[in-house]
Amino acid sequence: MRARRLIPTVYIIFLMLPIYWLLNMSFKTTNEILGGLTLWPQTFTLENYVTIFSDPTWYMGYVNSLIYVSINTVISVAVALPAAYAFSRYRFLGDKHVFFWLLTNRMAPAAVFALPFFQLYSAVGLFDTHLAVALAHTLFNIPLAVWILEGFMSGVPKELDETAYIDGHSFWSFFIRIFMPTIAAGIGVAMFFCFMFSWVELLLAKTLTSVEAKPIAATMTRTASTSGYELGLLAAAGVLTIVPGAFVIYFVRNYIAKGFALGRV
Amino acid sequence: MRKTVNQRAWLFILPVLVLVAFNAILPLMTVVNYSVQETFGNNEFFWAGLIWFEQVIESPRFHDSLIRQLIFTFSILAIEIPLGVIIALAMPRKGAWVSVCLVLMALPLLIPWNVVGAMWNIFALPDIGLMGYGLNALGFDFNFTRQIGDAWFTLLLMDVWHWTSLVVLLAYAGLVSIPDAYYQAARIDGASSWAIFRYIQLPKMKRVLTIAVLLRFMDSFNIYTEPFVLTGGGPGNSTTLLSIDLVKIALGQFDLGPAAAMSLIYFLIILLLSWVFYTLMMRNEE
Repeated sequence: MRARRLIPTVYIIFLMLPIYWLLNMSFKTTNEILGGLTLWPQTFTLENYVTIFSDPTWYMGYVNSLIYVSINTVISVAVALPAAYAFSRYRFLGDKHVFFWLLTNRMAPAAVFALPFFQLYSAVGLFDTHLAVALAHTLFNIPLAVWILEGFMSGVPKELDETAYIDGHSFWSFFIRIFMPTIAAGIGVAMFFCFMFSWVELLLAKTLTSVEAKPIAATMTRTASTSGYELGLLAAAGVLTIVPGAFVIYFVRNYIAKGFALGRV
Repeated sequence: MRKTVNQRAWLFILPVLVLVAFNAILPLMTVVNYSVQETFGNNEFFWAGLIWFEQVIESPRFHDSLIRQLIFTFSILAIEIPLGVIIALAMPRKGAWVSVCLVLMALPLLIPWNVVGAMWNIFALPDIGLMGYGLNALGFDFNFTRQIGDAWFTLLLMDVWHWTSLVVLLAYAGLVSIPDAYYQAARIDGASSWAIFRYIQLPKMKRVLTIAVLLRFMDSFNIYTEPFVLTGGGPGNSTTLLSIDLVKIALGQFDLGPAAAMSLIYFLIILLLSWVFYTLMMRNEE
């Protein structure tokens, strides 16, 4: 019985170690970081965080990221809802093929699409806008949202639909007033996953932006290369990118697995 | 569920098709276009046929990246899947601890990929990183920026750190769906814990584990940002995986033809292997 408790504990300690190290560094001065190894900040400083919150090139990175992530989440879930309903309720010509084709977009390596995306979004005049990144991320988020929602919707018995029609609801009235509240948990999970995958992706976000819509992750890579090695600042910026995730994860903790299983546990 | 045949359902999936087609088909056609043409700059293109495909398939550089990619993907699958199952089996089923475990374990999944790379880079540095310093203090000669073995060790450890929780969460979800009655029946029959695992828990986890393998396979084959930030593909080319090599050719050297041909071959490999996993998964559902 003791081993049973030991394994998860050791695993969680292993997970926390690099995060502790990042947190530790974010409160140090650059001199102390480069001076040697200290397990705890000797001269505790908040200066790195102050820099980030007072310099627009830094904090606008967070704002930009949050903007395109939000737009992406709304678009992805909004178009995925009717599609998932169609897949869960109806059989139609080519349904299985379309479903697999959607999944193939989840497999597409971002590296393959980086250059064509740059040209495509430049051609339609969207380069360096939040909308461009939001639309590009729908490539892998829409398929994911459709899969998750379809899984949740298949768990709702079809009698619900039929009863609502008998009661005189039109399709959209049924869908918005009855069906969506029924699968509210599924919508929440789908939104969480769209948020998550849009938040962690960097290659496409970086390729499609230069100044106006530059994501925080790109700001970090630039700083690492230009102003030498400001490790403390980099660590503080890193810590701040973990915060939004840590915040939203709490709300969906019981549904995360169901989401990863594409609603199929 | 019994589904009714309704061709108008196409209208429901139309918005999805339009958006995904814009993002998937147009860029893919661009790639196909480049892959059969030669350019000398000035936006002038000439028909080149299949020479880029032949060149890529025969190039030792592509073979090396592909082999590295396969080693990487199958190593992390061989480590993460069993490890995730072991941790999920040891996790408590009820109580306040469950929430704490779930939240802490899911945390690495939500960290931007370049931050994961940067974090491990700092963590593993031999002079100022806890792990690098610690290993050297223990007498190991560890330097992941110089030694190939150490670079691979750090790369694999980083991926295990980053993604094992995904397997844990899925396996755990499969385990909690097993009714208590199954365990009681097994106890009455005097089943060993191995027998319980083999005949009750493993079959119940089969479906979620197939999904875990599918997701981990696809994502590890596409991996770019984390190894790029961690090692930059080095030392030498020793950790240059397929994506990193592709970006080097396409954006570094601007060899559009070979890069496009390589993209398509790369994509086809993923598609083929994923299709195999997908059919296996769907067969399980029936």
